[in-house]
Amino acid sequence: MSTDEAGQGASSAEGPGNSAENHGGSGRNLIQLVTPAGERISHPEFDPWVQDIADEQLCSLYEDMTVIRRIDVEATALQRQGELALWPPLLGQEASQIGSGRALREDDFVFSSYRENGVAYCRGVDLTDIIRVWRGNASAGWDPYTINMATPQIIIGAQTLHAVGYAMGIQNDGADSVAMTYFGDGATSKGDLNEAMVFAASFQAPVVFFCQNNHWAISEPVRLQSHVQLADRATGFGIPSMRVDGNDVLAVMAATRVALDRARRGGGPTFIEAVTYRMGPHTTADDPTRYRDANELEDWAAKDPISRVASLLERKGLLTEELQQHVRDKADAVAREMRSGCTTMADPEPLDIFKHVYSAPNTWLDRQQDHYSRYLASFGDPAGAASEEGAR
Amino acid sequence: MTQMTFARAINAGLRKSLENDPKVILLGEDIGTLGGVFRVTDGLQKDFGKHRVVDTPLAESGIIGTAVGLAYRGYRPVVEIQFDGFVYSAFDQIVSQVAKLHYRTQGAVKMPITIRVPFGGGIGSPEHHSESPEAYFTHTSGLRVVSVSNPQDAHTVIQQAISCNDPVLYFEPKRRYHDKGEVDESLDPRTALPMDTARVLTEGTDVTLVAYGPLVKTARDAATAAADEGVSIEVIDLRSLAPVDYATVEASVRKTGRLVVTHEAGQSGGLGAEVAASITERCFYHLEAAPVRVTGFDIPYPYSKLEMHHLPGLDRILDGVDRAMGRPNSLSGLEG
Ligand SMILES: Cc1ncc(C[n+]2csc(CCOP(=O)(O)OP(=O)(O)O)c2C)c(N)n1
Repeated sequence: MSTDEAGQGASSAEGPGNSAENHGGSGRNLIQLVTPAGERISHPEFDPWVQDIADEQLCSLYEDMTVIRRIDVEATALQRQGELALWPPLLGQEASQIGSGRALREDDFVFSSYRENGVAYCRGVDLTDIIRVWRGNASAGWDPYTINMATPQIIIGAQTLHAVGYAMGIQNDGADSVAMTYFGDGATSKGDLNEAMVFAASFQAPVVFFCQNNHWAISEPVRLQSHVQLADRATGFGIPSMRVDGNDVLAVMAATRVALDRARRGGGPTFIEAVTYRMGPHTTADDPTRYRDANELEDWAAKDPISRVASLLERKGLLTEELQQHVRDKADAVAREMRSGCTTMADPEPLDIFKHVYSAPNTWLDRQQDHYSRYLASFGDPAGAASEEGAR
Repeated sequence: MTQMTFARAINAGLRKSLENDPKVILLGEDIGTLGGVFRVTDGLQKDFGKHRVVDTPLAESGIIGTAVGLAYRGYRPVVEIQFDGFVYSAFDQIVSQVAKLHYRTQGAVKMPITIRVPFGGGIGSPEHHSESPEAYFTHTSGLRVVSVSNPQDAHTVIQQAISCNDPVLYFEPKRRYHDKGEVDESLDPRTALPMDTARVLTEGTDVTLVAYGPLVKTARDAATAAADEGVSIEVIDLRSLAPVDYATVEASVRKTGRLVVTHEAGQSGGLGAEVAASITERCFYHLEAAPVRVTGFDIPYPYSKLEMHHLPGLDRILDGVDRAMGRPNSLSGLEG
């Protein structure tokens, strides 16, 4: 297999501490189209799915990946500067998110967890909307219907069931769009995901399960979640699966296109395991040095998804100073836009807490709101009234 | 006596239980190498081994369900639910299995499971991280529900919960984890104040103020502030939310004639409603005013920028006290 030639067999790609021994089962090789050194290798089955990705598109994939890494770094900085309460970095997962996100059609619908800011970027999200939640200004940053992507899910695995239900709706409507759901390796342990796979298979729903196996669920290694390769789990539910090098943007795109195509043609669900690595902390509140070996990070840094595309572009003579300047400028501009969107965001009003609890007013809650507004009015400075220490 | 944080006090209590009883076993997500996201189990896996302090797969129903099996087998599982908002995934196992097995088997099976839940708000977290779900559990017969408010109690009550033969939900006020207090580690949990007993924290004559968990500190601060205004508040730390020690609350209300209950959870169907109704039944003729609840609103927990509006603070509690006292307050001139 091409993957072995590239020294990217299943076990080596999984990194230390997560050997094939711990992950029995089929021991499938990873689908790979570009080696870590940036060499394009042929894969008869998957090549046709990215044949249309010409030089220009390759450059734009590189651009998108660079931009979302920049968004990530900027947001992390904003958190450190006290502008955001928390941030879940996607550092290292750019290829998984851009490769899959760019394969989607506008009328497909995404149900993700909290780390898929790169996917949201592909959906065309307003960057201010992304950070609204992490700043603490809202529970949901955007209207799901404007970008066909549900707002981030924090309850692990819950969104996978929503995707299947949405897909059942698509099926009933006779449409050919697809519901795509993103989740991590930890989520594969949850009942919700297992139930989602039961429903998806039973009804042959047009849904794609996209698992970013980034090797860690906070401090827990993937081997604690599963004794078999994650892609093999789907087999037991009767769902075809693929295991793809998640740091190879072309391979991810090809695999996602295969799955989307199957769903559109009535072939039912597919499970994709994108084998990648979370290079940063779980969130800005996490300290990975407590549980993670520094060597492991080094091994994975050598497989960095962005340098891989850069090397490929270089081999093709496309990585010109002009391109790099363009990409830098774009990343700078996007980061600037996000920062200013963040720092100029208006604070919500106290009585906003009562909005949208129900779709129609009710006297029960109206009374509480009325009493609270009288209470606030009894102070000169409403904010002072809400501090724990008290104002009087 | 040692000065320690709330989190450290629980850690020390868990350590004692692990030392004293080989059947005690800790289960949860990230509790081993990481020591829990709040570091409450810090160092325990290193000292007691992976078979006593178990990092589990990411599956809450799985964690509680397997704890049930371990209890069948004679173990005393102590489970950590990482955050309040994730306990709902395990709700079915808790209310249908853990709570009812003793009753269903006519006492043959014991479920000495302790479920630790860091709960409540005030730490600027995203959604699902600041819930106050205690009423769901106090409504379920067969469960004991406690909430601690200071490091000494945290240390003692965790040991009492673990040695109790009934299942106990142990709610830890996460915004107080870093508060320090004196802890006497030599205090024998068997002779200390039992966990199902309320405690009068400050004596007073005008109003009885009932609080638990995170709001006990706020209630005490309110009592201090009220004293400056010439109002004498008796603060009761409820400690046990199921069963409630009504004898202590009743004795206090008979003395003061007024009751204010405060909690972070929403008002409707909350524990405050239960306390107000029970006290009204028990000492209606001693009450000089209707009981007052100062609680969170009946809304989903709001985003962090506005959470301090939802959470009862010192001023809202004092406003409630004014209402109970018939003094000028934010609702003056309104009926009720
Ligand atoms: C039901 C539930 N339990 C626990 C948590 C706390 N938690 C947040 S993220 C996380 C790890 C998730 O790991 P994984 O599914 O692999 O996704 P990743 O964060 O690696 O993208 C945990 C335990 C949660 N959000 N929801």
